[in-house]
Amino acid sequence: MVGGNKIAVALSGITKRFPGVIANDQVDLELLEGEIHTLLGENGAGKSTLMNVLTGIYRPDAGTISIWGKAVQLENPKDAIEQGIGMVHQSFKLVPTHTVTENIVLGLGRGLAPVKIEEAQTKVAELSAQYGVKVDPAAYVWQLSIGEQQRVEILKILFRGAKILLLDEPTAVLTPQEADELFVTLRSMRAKGHSIVFISHKLDEVMAISDRVTVLRGGKNVGTVLVKDTNPQSLSNLMVGREIKFATFPRKEALGDPVLEVEGVHALNSRGLPALRDITFSVAAGEILGFAGVAGNGQQELAEVITGLLEPTAGSVRVNGVDMTRESARRFIDAGVSYVPADRHGVATVADMSLSHNFVLRRYREPKFAKGPFLNFAAAVGYARRLIKEFNISTPSHATPIRSLSGGNLQKVILAREMTTRHRLLVVMSATRGLDVGATEFVRETLNEHRHKGRAIVLISEDLEELLSLTNRIAVLFHGEIMGILDADKAEIASLGLMMAGQAQAEVA
Amino acid sequence: MAMRLELRLERSRKLEVLVPVVSVLLSLVVCAVLLLSTGTNPLTAYGAMLKEAFGTSYGFGEVLVKATPLILCGLGVMLAFKMMFWNIGAEGQLHMGAWGATAVVMTGWDASAWLMIPAMMLGGFAAGALWALIPAYLKVKLNTNEIITTLLLNYVAILWVAHFIYGPWKDPTSFGFPMTKQFPDGAQLLRFGDSRVHLGLVFALLIAVALYFIQEKSRWGFEIAVTGSNPRAAEYAGMNAGRNILLVMLLSGGLAGIAGMVEVSGIQLKLLKDISPHAAPYGYTAIIIAWLARRNPWGVVLVSILMGGLYVGGETVQITMKLPVNIVLIIQALILFFVLGGDILSRYRLVFDRKEALSGG
Repeated sequence: MVGGNKIAVALSGITKRFPGVIANDQVDLELLEGEIHTLLGENGAGKSTLMNVLTGIYRPDAGTISIWGKAVQLENPKDAIEQGIGMVHQSFKLVPTHTVTENIVLGLGRGLAPVKIEEAQTKVAELSAQYGVKVDPAAYVWQLSIGEQQRVEILKILFRGAKILLLDEPTAVLTPQEADELFVTLRSMRAKGHSIVFISHKLDEVMAISDRVTVLRGGKNVGTVLVKDTNPQSLSNLMVGREIKFATFPRKEALGDPVLEVEGVHALNSRGLPALRDITFSVAAGEILGFAGVAGNGQQELAEVITGLLEPTAGSVRVNGVDMTRESARRFIDAGVSYVPADRHGVATVADMSLSHNFVLRRYREPKFAKGPFLNFAAAVGYARRLIKEFNISTPSHATPIRSLSGGNLQKVILAREMTTRHRLLVVMSATRGLDVGATEFVRETLNEHRHKGRAIVLISEDLEELLSLTNRIAVLFHGEIMGILDADKAEIASLGLMMAGQAQAEVA
Repeated sequence: MAMRLELRLERSRKLEVLVPVVSVLLSLVVCAVLLLSTGTNPLTAYGAMLKEAFGTSYGFGEVLVKATPLILCGLGVMLAFKMMFWNIGAEGQLHMGAWGATAVVMTGWDASAWLMIPAMMLGGFAAGALWALIPAYLKVKLNTNEIITTLLLNYVAILWVAHFIYGPWKDPTSFGFPMTKQFPDGAQLLRFGDSRVHLGLVFALLIAVALYFIQEKSRWGFEIAVTGSNPRAAEYAGMNAGRNILLVMLLSGGLAGIAGMVEVSGIQLKLLKDISPHAAPYGYTAIIIAWLARRNPWGVVLVSILMGGLYVGGETVQITMKLPVNIVLIIQALILFFVLGGDILSRYRLVFDRKEALSGG
């Protein structure tokens, strides 16, 4: 715990500018030996920039970094590693066809001398036992779950002798049980004198694991507090600089006709392996059906099947009572199916194109945006201006390329586009992932509003609290199967967690 | 002082234009060094090239003659590149187009130019388009690498043409030269004045205007741009990527095919071996043109004329200064080399790190 410990990292006056923005503005941060220090902040608050400074990816325009009391310059990631700083990124950097140990020693060889794998394997096993990081050093990475892969990343850092660990939203990909195991590991590292910077948006976790919390807002450090002296409410106030209410949303009592009916659907993933097995459910007008599950249990394929992007190998998909099983994505769009994909950069938008072009990405065929065979660009610009205002999107202009928007604003663009069509069915995946509290609240309120307008919504999310507060019913996906569908009123996080780990509803109840 | 690249948030518009211009200048500088090493004064050589190509009306006419097939092939390649479909096969499509146009003549059909020329254009377009559809279809069905298939089909097309001019279509009165009989008057494109500039130039310019509207203004052009920029977003937007690949290649190959048609009907007046200059074939030069022109139709027209000047200038110095005509190829290669290298700068910024700026305290 804190108190009389040495200072592991001292950042002082760190400033980093990008064209048009100050990402970090005179940020001071102290990380003590044997401390878990959470970095909290809305999207675009400067957390990633600060971490990139500390891992040698960016160079600050001003300010100093000292490690164990010695001023250092981190020219590149190698320098940071030499200073004993390691980072676990959100996307893992592992080679699936190699073993755990091979991945850990990758890049450590010097010259032509061979790496002694057996020796390394013994050391990995030791570290694994020492820190309570359960993973088989001889297993191949492709055999591992996401949680286990994360452990490999952590071992990779420990193996290199790092004393300072940075974890970027490590729990985002974990089941509640796996998150608990991670916390055990983090605590044992803390006990051994490691210093940990933990980035998370989940306030309950922050309260559970950290010693101190530093809140960033608009690139500035707005306060560092001891966890025992604070509470979630005041942390979120610090983050956004205003009061935020955690709303629970009223359900709509009278549901309409079923809008989406899925029956006995099987589908394969992009590698040709079974991804969905015998999926049956329906969503009515005025209802939000939630899908819980740990990432990679068929959510992506499910979203694609019900938006026409993936053809099922068996079963049927009906929209508004019409069989759409073999129809193209275009027919689904025409039938009033809107879709907010999880991958905002890779799927939902075209990075090099302007906001105007992106706003009509799925609507350019509509008469409104067409002039014969030509695109009615003036109409697209007018539409863009309207939505920028309506959804309060901060951007220099409608002609700005999408790539320069922040995560929250990008998601607003996608939601604005998908929600202003005359859709009957809205499929939303990871709607609020990575968004700040303000944007998250906005998205949830918008979804609720559309439910009350009588739209049917499928909400695929890894955030159980979000599902519990927003949905009518929650289905749990595990290994491509529905483990059960619960009423949101009666569902509990603990039982959902068990179902997410593969227990059927009957066994849980 | 260390150098490194930092990703730009926005592509630099200024550099998008500056890079091609500087690339051309740099390639001339490097080529000048090569010329010096052979004991030639580069300024004299460049001066002679410039004067011949753009200083005389005959020379400029010849520049336009070369620019005509370059514009047509360049536009076709541009459209495919816009969709990130790497059509390296304009040379083969041009040959097939020449063959298709000749096939119409070889039927012995006796019609006026009003019917004959459109029929030949159709023949040229269709043959080039079909040739381009082979790699397009293979890409859609089997996801083959189009760079390899389009490139290799060039050799097949050239040999296909060779087969006909050495065999069934060979003119018995040609003293053994591999070529067809001269086309009848009705199968020859109108030429302007006493130059060799022919109606094909007008076709090329009209097609450039049409492509501007297709690529920049139409909804289909939007689909092509989205598919090229982010294929997964295109799929998400309900665009049919496979259909678009086939359509784009149909047009791309068809335009190269028309280039072949105007070349046999406007310049050679018969089908023979070297319809495309051996040293720097039109179909390959078109790749450099599309790239230099930033996939912009007006740019294609402008760069094609400059490239035409390079051809004419190169021929001139070959005759007057006994320099190898390969100088054209060297300059072209250097330009492409510099443009591809320079393109990095429009996406990344070069940062010089000075350690003093970050005095650790």
